[in-house]
Parts: sequence; structure tokens; C-alpha cells
Amino acid sequence: MTPGESLEHLANREYKWGFVTDIETDSVPAGLSEDVIRLISSKKQEPEWLLEWRLKAYRRWLEMPEPEWSSVRFPPIDYQAIVYYSAPKQKKKLESLDEVDPKLLETYEKLGIPLGEQKRLAGVAVDAVFDSVSVATTFREELSKKGILFCSFSEAVREHPELVREYLGSVVPYSDNKHAALNSAVFTDGSFVYVPKGVRCPMELSTYFRINAANTGQFERTLIIADEGSYVSYLEGCTAPQRDENQLHAAVVELVALERAEIKYSTVQNWYPGDAEGRGGIYNFVTKRGKCAGRASKISWTQVETGSAITWKYPSCILLGDDSIGEFYSVALTANRQQADTGTKMIHIGKNTRSTIVSKGISTGHGQNAYRGQVRVQKGADGARNYSQCDSLLIGDRCGAHTFPYLEVRNPTATVEHEATTSKIGEDQLFYCQQRGISAEDAVSMIVNGFCKQVLKELPMEFAVEAQKLLGVSLEGSVG
Amino acid sequence: MSDDAREAFVASFEVAAPDGPAWLQALRKEAISAFAAEGFPTPRSEAWRYTNLAPIARTAWTTAPATAVALDRAAIERLSFPVFACSVFVFVNGRFEPALSTPRALAGGLEVGSLAAASIERPALVEPYLGRLARSEGAPVAALNTALFADGAFVHLPANTVVDAPIHIVHLALPGGGPTASHPRTLVVAEHGSRATVIEDFVSLGEARMLTNSVTEVFLGDAASIEHVSLQREGADAAHLAALRVRQSRDSRYTGHGISLGGTLTRNEIVAVLDGIGAECELNGFYVASGKEHVDNHTTIDHASPHGTSRETYKGVLDGEARGVFSGRVIVRPDAQKTSAQQTNKNLLLSRDAEVDSRPQLEILADDVKCSHGSTIGQLDEDALFYLRSRGIESVAAQALLMRAFATEITGRISIAPLRERIDELLLARLARARAEAA
Amino acid sequence: MSLLEIEDLHARAGGSEILKGLSLGVRPGEVHAVMGPNGSGKSTLANVLAGRPSVEVTSGKVLFGGRNLVEMAPEERAREGIFLAFQYPVEIPGVTNLYFLKAALNAIRKHRGEAELDAMDFLKLAREKMKLVEMDEKMMGRAVNEGFSGGEKKRNEVLQMAILEPRLAVLDETDSGLDIDALKIVSKGVNSLRSPERSMIVITHYQRLLDYIVPDFVHVLAGGRIVRSGGKELASELEEQGYAWIEKGAAPR
Repeated sequence: MTPGESLEHLANREYKWGFVTDIETDSVPAGLSEDVIRLISSKKQEPEWLLEWRLKAYRRWLEMPEPEWSSVRFPPIDYQAIVYYSAPKQKKKLESLDEVDPKLLETYEKLGIPLGEQKRLAGVAVDAVFDSVSVATTFREELSKKGILFCSFSEAVREHPELVREYLGSVVPYSDNKHAALNSAVFTDGSFVYVPKGVRCPMELSTYFRINAANTGQFERTLIIADEGSYVSYLEGCTAPQRDENQLHAAVVELVALERAEIKYSTVQNWYPGDAEGRGGIYNFVTKRGKCAGRASKISWTQVETGSAITWKYPSCILLGDDSIGEFYSVALTANRQQADTGTKMIHIGKNTRSTIVSKGISTGHGQNAYRGQVRVQKGADGARNYSQCDSLLIGDRCGAHTFPYLEVRNPTATVEHEATTSKIGEDQLFYCQQRGISAEDAVSMIVNGFCKQVLKELPMEFAVEAQKLLGVSLEGSVG
Repeated sequence: MSDDAREAFVASFEVAAPDGPAWLQALRKEAISAFAAEGFPTPRSEAWRYTNLAPIARTAWTTAPATAVALDRAAIERLSFPVFACSVFVFVNGRFEPALSTPRALAGGLEVGSLAAASIERPALVEPYLGRLARSEGAPVAALNTALFADGAFVHLPANTVVDAPIHIVHLALPGGGPTASHPRTLVVAEHGSRATVIEDFVSLGEARMLTNSVTEVFLGDAASIEHVSLQREGADAAHLAALRVRQSRDSRYTGHGISLGGTLTRNEIVAVLDGIGAECELNGFYVASGKEHVDNHTTIDHASPHGTSRETYKGVLDGEARGVFSGRVIVRPDAQKTSAQQTNKNLLLSRDAEVDSRPQLEILADDVKCSHGSTIGQLDEDALFYLRSRGIESVAAQALLMRAFATEITGRISIAPLRERIDELLLARLARARAEAA
Repeated sequence: MSLLEIEDLHARAGGSEILKGLSLGVRPGEVHAVMGPNGSGKSTLANVLAGRPSVEVTSGKVLFGGRNLVEMAPEERAREGIFLAFQYPVEIPGVTNLYFLKAALNAIRKHRGEAELDAMDFLKLAREKMKLVEMDEKMMGRAVNEGFSGGEKKRNEVLQMAILEPRLAVLDETDSGLDIDALKIVSKGVNSLRSPERSMIVITHYQRLLDYIVPDFVHVLAGGRIVRSGGKELASELEEQGYAWIEKGAAPR
């Protein structure tokens, strides 16, 4: 096969997580109204204040326009055709993991996330979210000994309402944007983490999101609070079955780091990307934001985005505390007809706040990849520093790369630097590698890994391997 | 937004639309309805995110008087660059004033003069170009110029004409009774193989509220080469909305130097389209703003053909409560393979109350390209300042020295030495004024 | 027996026939110089041997160690021992020289049934070979050819050749763009790699290179075929007479 042909094939990767689990579900009818929201809230036996909050969000959502400033293109979404709640049927309240439906355990095992006592991943506590609800959380007891709360969002609402009520919407208000408003109105589950003062979480916490049911949207909400001087590393992964229809995923993640606390949040996003013609795939419209509320706190986002038909997400940091640090490391791969518009916002408010942005976009096939990032230095942010680097790699001649930084500086003692480059893997590079004995497939993956390593090294070990495999997989079948 | 300005402008068009041949009348009608429909843009539109035209939109502007107030040549001489021999063409509130102009011997076939006259006398040289780049749809401010410009500058370089002495166009704004608007228009048609330097010099006399809404269109034929200096040095109470549109054919070379020395609100909108193989485009810009001034450079370089090269460097100094905006878009179209594009924006932020918004953007749709952009916002290098001071240079002088170095990277690219030196002088005086205001 | 055997080779590139019946035999240990005016097909010959996809062999025979080269993928040829020193070495952003060379060497070693080298052993080998071309160790940490000067790129090519130890090295205008000092360094590196088991085809436009890399045979390529062959003295003759006689179609006397 010639390098030209192998570049062509690069786009045609196979999605290995596209199976469907046959399981009985409890769903609400499709469509969105105040009644549906009341129904979801009552199914989850929520307190009145939460229902009120949801309804306020819903009323706001009705008035809000769809965000139009991004470069992604898709037909209007029919919000009335979406099922907003779908959960595997459960006979009774679960007492232990052993009571989880074996079909669910089997699903997660197939995805490489065994949940059972014997097989579970050492050093990683997992919260498994299936469609709208959390089905299992591992290592809970070990964590609770240290005072760390790691549970489903619904459970947090029941067991720790004071924490949820204090922080819910404190970083991403329901009025933030249309997708966040929708999530606030209909979110069904997600993960909740609280790490108490001075505690260093001894293991990686992880949530694995799986969309299974058809015509269902997934609207999870994650809230992580790191109290003074604490540390936590949190990972999320996601997959979905292969379907011809587009499915909506509109999540909200809120992080709060108090004084000297550090949160490291890593994502390997592998939602179903749609087929080569652009049929099906997940619309991944996610609002993720962290608040460095305390002095010398730190929030670090790392993401590897390889899935979804459309990715629209900007994990951000509000650097409120003096000396706080925000980081964003991202790899986004778009193949076939995938579109990604992703980046970050770094809002410098406190003094001597620092932020680093490293974004790597890879486009192949007809993929369109946009970096959109805002760096804002407020008046009081003396000594703020930002460094941004965004690089694009083009593979083939029908893809596109776009870079849209917004640098807004209101303080003369700030230093903001942005650099960007665009380069390509063409036949010349591949032939050169081949002439040195390296196959075209190895050459592509070598170049891609070289291009991404600055980001991949930020991932926790378990995920780095996964991500590398995923990027490898994404490029697999390029020769053969 | 209050739209007194919209009503006033539309009414003035209805009462007294500037005349001209039928094709121009049609162009104007289309333009005024585009403006009437859209009005002045608001920060809600992405292209105007950082620049608010509300103060302009809520002012009922009157159109600048048609006849020049008593002006003597001496006043004009003071404005021009006396250090070298160049032809000076003066346009007062947009109208050509031959009496104030000093055309020297024009090289082989070069024509410079009234656009209104040319559109009647030489329609074949004007109609195919005028308004073709500065389209009205989606550009209400430029449309307003098209509707209301009474006259303008027309520069025509026939094929293979080479003009060494710069062509100096002075756009002079004179105040009327109340807030006065003028709409200077320039059309440059450089046919294949021609070469010239064109200076557009925007000046005003008197301190009154003024709005200059200029549109310049530059067409470069195959292998044509134009060096274009656009110098804005109007009064402190002047607002300037400028649209520059450039189209380049094969192997042509366009070098633009945009120097903005102040005004309440300045917006320079540049679109350069590299429409032929091997075209080269260089855009240099320098802006200084202090007090409550606002300066916005909004540029687009559109690589529409292969083997194009573009280099864009914009630098600015912001002091007082000034706000500087840079938005630079580089588009590489699918067919524009082997494009090489480089873009840089550097800002010095000298005061606590000054602001900078920088938005360099790359949109790459071809694969065999080499593109980069960079942007920095910061202060004068502390280490360099200290180094100079440790050698006995006092602080203010050391700062001035470093600012001069910062500025001359841009002005140093102006190829005609006397012109470069004169602009350096103007710039340094302006920087010194900014510092003095701040002190 | 010949290591490389080319018989009546015809090849097309860029839509036209460039090689029109070229024949050439190279035995182990021999150094052949191929000279010729611009457009005579020198680089096309190099590309045919390395298997560049944009060059199409339309007829003729190319045997390497008795195997049909035309059917082999470029990487297979490389693993079998064909090395092309590129006229324009390619930049590969993001991949360090060290990583690239180690991947290449190990692919070739694996093919030969040898154990792969680990990072430490490879570094030792690379350090030793870098001395040959007087290359700074820092270059190993930089992306392949990215930001290298013309001379550095060519030295990097010779370094790769030293590490990969090919059976047949094809040097495509390795002298172009080199000043005299760089030319000496590169030639010294190449000469140190001459051995009875290794053959070389040195393609050049100028005789200058052959003062430093002295060939056993010189061939003149014109119009897509070899029009004259001889010993090293043929190169000096060409230097004096230029290529004009070829273009006129008459041999110099």
C-alpha cells in the first residue's frame, strides 16, 4: 500500500465499543416539559429545593438561544424527541456490588472496567454510570475511612444535601449557556467527590460513562470539592453503542479547590463518533469549569478527545485565589466527518495566578478541528502569567484546522504569550520513514505520539496507556 | 442602541445623495439600503466583540461641508513630508482640491486625481473596480461610505509603470458646525508589472468632534507591487473607521504599513485576498493609544491560491485608560497549498487601566502549509531596563529607548528612508506624549 | 555476482517518461558515480531504487541480491539494506532524531533476526557514530531535521547511514548546498563506511564531490539512459568539457 492510500485509510477506523447491552429499562417518555422534570425529580426522591432549581433552569433554557459562535455545524436538535431519563430496572435497593445485574457487570468488563471485588482495577476507584444512573461504585469503604466521599450524585443529594446545596451551580450557574441550562433542568446522575482538609486521596477516582439506550440523552453532573490542603486525581471515560441517530450528551462538571488544594481531572473521551459518512454519533456538548477558590490552589484539566460526532467543550479555570494555578492539556483527534471545537478559558482574578495551555489538534479524513481558548486577566490580577501553545497536525488534504485564541488583558503587570503552529503529515514524511525501514502505519503512530506526548505525559499511568492505545486504535487499520 | 446616526445618514442620503453616473447611483442605492437595514454593528456580532460603536451610533452627524474653508498652501506644506520630493494630492472632506495639490511630473501614464471625475470621464477604468472589494452586504459601515462619498482619490498605474517617488494622498478633515462626518474614498488600480508607493495620510485641522469613515480599495495585477502607508494622525476628538480591501493577482506583492497615532476610536478593517499563485502580502501595523482612546485592528488575510506568502506583524503600546484590540485572521483555502503564513501581535501594556484584547486566528483548510502565529502582551523588559540603568541611563530615557526599539521593528520595514525617518519622528513624539500624559 | 542489477529500466514520474532503458550493474564493495545534467533522470533513478510511490516503473528489471526490487514496499527495501540519502531530507516535527533512528534500526534488526537494542545500547552506538560526522549530541534530542541547516541535514543523513549499515547506499546529490568544510566532513563520514560488503551509488551534478569520494566507476546519464561509462578519470573529463557535448549528442574527443 502506498503512503497515499494509507493516509486515506487512516480515517476509516473501527469503533470497538459499539455493542448494545440488552437490558430492561425504566424510562420516561420522550420529550421535555415541566412535568417530565417533576417526574425525574420524584423518581429520584429529591428535595423540593432541587426541583425548584431544576424548574428555574428549565424556564431559563426555554428563553436561551443555541450558542452560535462556535465553528461546529449540525441540524437543529429536536429536544422533544429525546428521552431524558432511562435506567436499568432494579428490583430492590442494592446492598453490595454482588447484587448488581450481571449483565451490567458483564458490560463494564467488556469495556475493560471490571467492577467485581476480585477483578477490579487496583488503585482506581470506579463509579459506573449507565445511561441516566450510577450502577456501582467500587472501593467506597476504603475511601470513607479517610473521610473521602465518593458516590453517585443522587446519593450525595440524599446523604450530603448541605454540601450539594452549597456548591451546586456555584461554578457553572444554570444560566451559563443553553446546554448547561438543559443539564441543570434534567441531569439524572453523575459523580460526587468530597476530599476533606489535608487528605491526599490514596487512589485515582474514576467515573465510567456508558450510553446504552436508544434515543436517550445523557445529562450527568459531576461535582468535586477539594477542601483545604487536599489532593485528588479524577478520571473519566466514556463510550456508547453504534447507532445511526445522533445522541445528545450535555454534561456539567464543577470543581472547587479551596486553599492549597489540588484537583487533577483527566478525560479520555471515546463516545461513538459516527460512521465514515457522518451518520450517527454523539453530540458531546459539555460545560466543565473549575474554581480555584483558595490561595495557592491548583486545577489541572487533561483531555484526550477521540470520539463523538461533535465535541463542544471548554474545560476552564477561574483563578480566584492568589497564587492559584490552572492548566489545560488537550489532544483532540477528528477523523471521518467528526467536528471538534474545544479549548479552554483561563480567567485570572487573583494575584500571581498562572496558567498553562497546551492544545494539540489532529485532523484526518474530513475532520474539522478548532481550538478556541480565552485567556482573561482581570484588573486586580497583578503578576498573572499565561503561556499557551496550540499545534495542529493535518493528515490528508480534506481536513481542516482552526485556531481562535482570545487574549484579554486588563493588567499591565501580566504576561500573556500564545504560540500556534500548523504542520502536516504528507507523503514526503511517510516515504522518508519507510526508506528508513519503518512501516507507514508505525510512522503515522510515531509522528502522532511525538506530536501528543507533551499532553499524554500529564495523564495518570493507567490512562496514558489507554489513551495511547486509543490514538493507536484511532489510527489502526491504516495499512492492511 | 439609539440610532440617531442611522436616521441622520439615511435622511441626508434621501435629501442630497451625491451624484454620479447611473451605475454609481445604483451602487449607492444598494449601499444605503444595506446600511439602513443593518445600522451600525454592535458588540453582539463576533467581529465587533471588543469595539462598541454606540457613541457613534447615537450621534446625529452632519455631513462635512462641501467647500473648503480658507486654507493656504502653507498649512498643507506643514502637514506633508517636505524632506523628499513627492507629489501631494489633497482631498478636503473627501473632495479633491487641485489648488492645494502639488503634482510633480507623473511618470509614464500614472494618473492621480478625482474619483468623481474619473467615474464620469473614465468609467471603464473605474466601474469594474469601485465597490467590488468593499461590498455593502454584511459591511454596513463600508456601505455607508459607498452611499455617501462625494469624491475620492483615484490612482491608476497602467501596465509596467514604475513610479519611484511616493504618491502622497492627504485626506484632510475640516470641522463643520456640530459633529461632522466625512467619507474619504480611495481606489488604487495597479495594472500588471507596475510599481509604486502610496501614502494615505489622514489628518484634521481644528479640535472638534469628527468621524472619518474611509474606504480604500487596492487592486494589484500580475506581478504588480504596491507599498502602501496608511497614517492616521487626526485630532484627539476624532473617530476613524477605516476599511481597506486588497486583491492580489499572480506574483503580486502588497506591503501595507498601518500607523495609528490616536483618536477617540479607531477601527482599521483590512481584508487582503491572495487571489493568484505566488502572491506575497506583508501587513505591518503599529498603534499607540493613551487617555481613553480605543484602537482596533481587525485584519483578514485570505490565501485563496497556492504558493502564497504572508507576513503580518502588528505591535501596539497602550497607556492611560486606553484599549487596544487586535484580531487577525489567516485563512488558507483548500486549494492554497504550499502557503506560508506568519502572524505576530505584540503589545506593551504600560498602565494599570489600559487593556489589550488579542485574537490571532488561523483557519487552515489545505494540508500542505506552514503557518504560525504568536501573540504576546507584557511590559518593557525589566532586565533590559535595569541593564540600561546600571550603565547610567536614567529610567525615563531607558524606557524611551526600549519603546523606540519596539516601534522601529515596524517602521524599519518602510523602504523609503526619508519617509521612514519622518514616521519614526511622529511615532516617537506620540509615544513621548503618551508617557507624559501618564506621568 | 552483482548486488544490484538494472536492465532496460523505463520509469515515469510526473506524467512523463524519465528513464528510457537504463542498465547498470553494481557488485559488492563497488562505488559507482552517476553524473549528468539537470533533468537527465538522476534523482528518478534514486527514487526507483528506494521505491518512491510517485515514480512508476513501466518496464525493465531491477534485481537486488537476486530479488525483484520493484515488487517490494519501501520499508522492505530499507530492511533488506537499501539506503537513500535524500537530496532534500524531510522534516518530521514532534519526533526526536533519537527516537526515529532507534525505531528504524530496530525495525531493520528485527527483520534480520537480530535482537532489538534498548535505549542505553542505542545511545552508546549513536554517540560513537556521531563522531564520524562531527555531530553535536544535542541534535539527537531535536525533531528530525526540523530547523537543521542544510549542512546539518546532510550530516544527519550520513549519520543514519552509519547507524543503519546498509548493503547499498544511494547518495542523491548529497553535495548540493554544502560548503567546502561541510563537504569534507560528509565525505569523510561516507569514506569511513566504505567496505568490501557495502556498495554505493553516488549521484552528483558536480565533479567536486568525487575528489573526496573517489569512485570505482563513473557513468554519465543523459536522456534517461547511461550514455557513457568509465573510470574515475571520466569525471575530470566531464568537469573540463561540461555536459554540453551530451546535449549536442556528440561525444568529446
